[in-house]
Amino acid sequence: MGRTLAEKVWDDHVVRRAEGEPDLLFIDLHLLHEVTSPQAFDGLRKAGRQVRRTDLTIATEDHNTPTLDIDKPIADPVSRTQLETLRKNCAEFGVRLHPLGDVEQGVVHVVGPQLGLTQPGTTVVCGDSHTSTHGAFGALAFGIGTSQVEHVLATQTLPLAPFKTMAITVEGELPDGVTAKDLILAIIAKIGTGGGQGYVLEYRGPAIEKLSMEARMTVCNMSIEAGARAGMIAPDDTTFAYLRGRAHAPEGTDWDDAVAYWRTLRTDDDAAFDAEVVIDAAELAPFVTWGTNPGQGAPLSARVPDPASYEDASERQAAEKALEYMGLTAGQPLREIGVDTVFVGSCTNGRIEDLRAAASVLEGRSVADGVRMLVVPGSVRVALQAVEEGLDKVFTAAGAEWRHAGCSMCLGMNPDQLAPGERSASTSNRNFEGRQGKGGRTHLVSPQVAAATAVLGHLASPADLSDADVRTPAGV
Amino acid sequence: MEAFTTHTGRAVPLRRSNVDTDQIIPAHWLKKVTRDGFEDGLFEAWRKDPQFVLNQEAHRGATVLVAGPDFGTGSSREHAVWALQNYGFKAVISSRFADIFRGNSLKNGLLTVVLPQETVERLQQLAEEDPAAEVTVDLVARKVLAPGVEADFELDENARWRLLEGLDDISLTLREESAITAYEAKRPAFKPRTVVA
Ligand code: SF4
Repeated sequence: MGRTLAEKVWDDHVVRRAEGEPDLLFIDLHLLHEVTSPQAFDGLRKAGRQVRRTDLTIATEDHNTPTLDIDKPIADPVSRTQLETLRKNCAEFGVRLHPLGDVEQGVVHVVGPQLGLTQPGTTVVCGDSHTSTHGAFGALAFGIGTSQVEHVLATQTLPLAPFKTMAITVEGELPDGVTAKDLILAIIAKIGTGGGQGYVLEYRGPAIEKLSMEARMTVCNMSIEAGARAGMIAPDDTTFAYLRGRAHAPEGTDWDDAVAYWRTLRTDDDAAFDAEVVIDAAELAPFVTWGTNPGQGAPLSARVPDPASYEDASERQAAEKALEYMGLTAGQPLREIGVDTVFVGSCTNGRIEDLRAAASVLEGRSVADGVRMLVVPGSVRVALQAVEEGLDKVFTAAGAEWRHAGCSMCLGMNPDQLAPGERSASTSNRNFEGRQGKGGRTHLVSPQVAAATAVLGHLASPADLSDADVRTPAGV
Repeated sequence: MEAFTTHTGRAVPLRRSNVDTDQIIPAHWLKKVTRDGFEDGLFEAWRKDPQFVLNQEAHRGATVLVAGPDFGTGSSREHAVWALQNYGFKAVISSRFADIFRGNSLKNGLLTVVLPQETVERLQQLAEEDPAAEVTVDLVARKVLAPGVEADFELDENARWRLLEGLDDISLTLREESAITAYEAKRPAFKPRTVVA
């Protein structure tokens, strides 16, 4: 009987297997950031242990870092302590670090792939749930807690009970104007925030094969929002082309050996998944969330649902609480929801293609009066590329703020936050209560929807824009 | 890690589903670099409401949290587990936990017990009607006992053994040192490295 992609990668990493015990898996790449690592390093220190494989470990600063005035000392003393703790720990244990101000700094899940460290058939972990992003390369990548961070630092392995596998097959072709973000939001709305629980999701089918690497990362990134441990996509020529020539990609005969191995990383025809879901891409449309969990979403053309329409009592209650928190009423058209803030960024949609998409909508247009728009590139490299392409100018000319790389308003650990009652359209991944600031209200959207929303001041897609929104070019 | 065998205490009902880790401990608390001192951040936003169940005098000192389905979704922050423990909780009961949260809880000796939704609701009702009622979570017998409730629960044998013995995962794994070294020796040359040796 054949094996699935996830099972193949798993099997290739088993260090030790014994009846009645979890498998001990080897970890190829361990990513660290300032928030979930201090207590792990502390544990090592207390036990007198070293980092076993500093050559498979890398750290960056992202969650706490400011996006303005990065050359000045960080104002918040607690954030500053956390960053300084990471710097001290990395120096003491010999771990490579890209601190604020470094050209390789950025959101950890943007940095790994762009360095070419994330490769097909590897196991990747990080003390961050969106490690699922790296599954876009056919890596088995998942978020871990701080105790496990310490475990990987000390042993480069993790004892793990096997996952179940779920195939999410996306048939057909995405219609024009429908993005990877719309696709994953629709998948989560369909299977629910607990639907993927205990599973590794494998996204497959013609619509997935057509996606760029960056779009695949957007899809895999939000696997965790469906409750899954990881999401994966089988590596193919798109993957290899993306990796070739990157700083840490294999070279010469290593490259050939690697590609030969990577080509074997496909689910066998006779393999069986524990569960299967089929989605018809042709039925999808721009998708936004209206509630306070990522499963509470609907097509932009829909209305805010009536909680009474839910048969399940706990879903009904969740919808009632969500509408109350979000300040929405049942039946209100989603398109009429006005926003105060638009955030483009995060490990979901902070890569260059996302910035290009948002800029192409904003080009020659202006952010609506009373709306603030923040554009936060996912990494310094993404920012440099955007500047080279002149995208920063498009954003600032439209009245948006062009910021320094980091997690920023995705979780508001730095000063970029919503005020109580403020409403955002955000390209990030979580619309939880207070996620972007106490009392803040979040609608998850694609970069295209974010940009169109910024122009019109209410939730909108680029199709809602008319030529009348285009500024008259100067001098005409 | 502290061993967990059996615990008896009062229960507090949390009638909400999809309680994510951002609700359990908001992000601004994550700037701390220790494992303790998170008790005041637990459910911080909800605790501003004097009616919130944890603020009710009758539930003060409760040590068993009986939560709605999909508890602990979202961020992988282990701080959520520490916050529950710092506050005094020893066990959480729900019909479904998010995977990472559950893994984190078992590594820290916070027992997460999965029971059918109707049993969870019975326990919630019991705690509402009689906040002084005691609930026993017995890991040895894998049973939850409360007035009028007797429910068996599952936990995989290995996780249970580690909890009962209070064993630290890292020491256990380090016994496999030779297997790790042997695996490392046969890793292909093309695998990525973060630094050049
Ligand atoms: S961008 Fe957001 S989701 Fe991604 S790692 Fe940062 S905080 Fe987490």
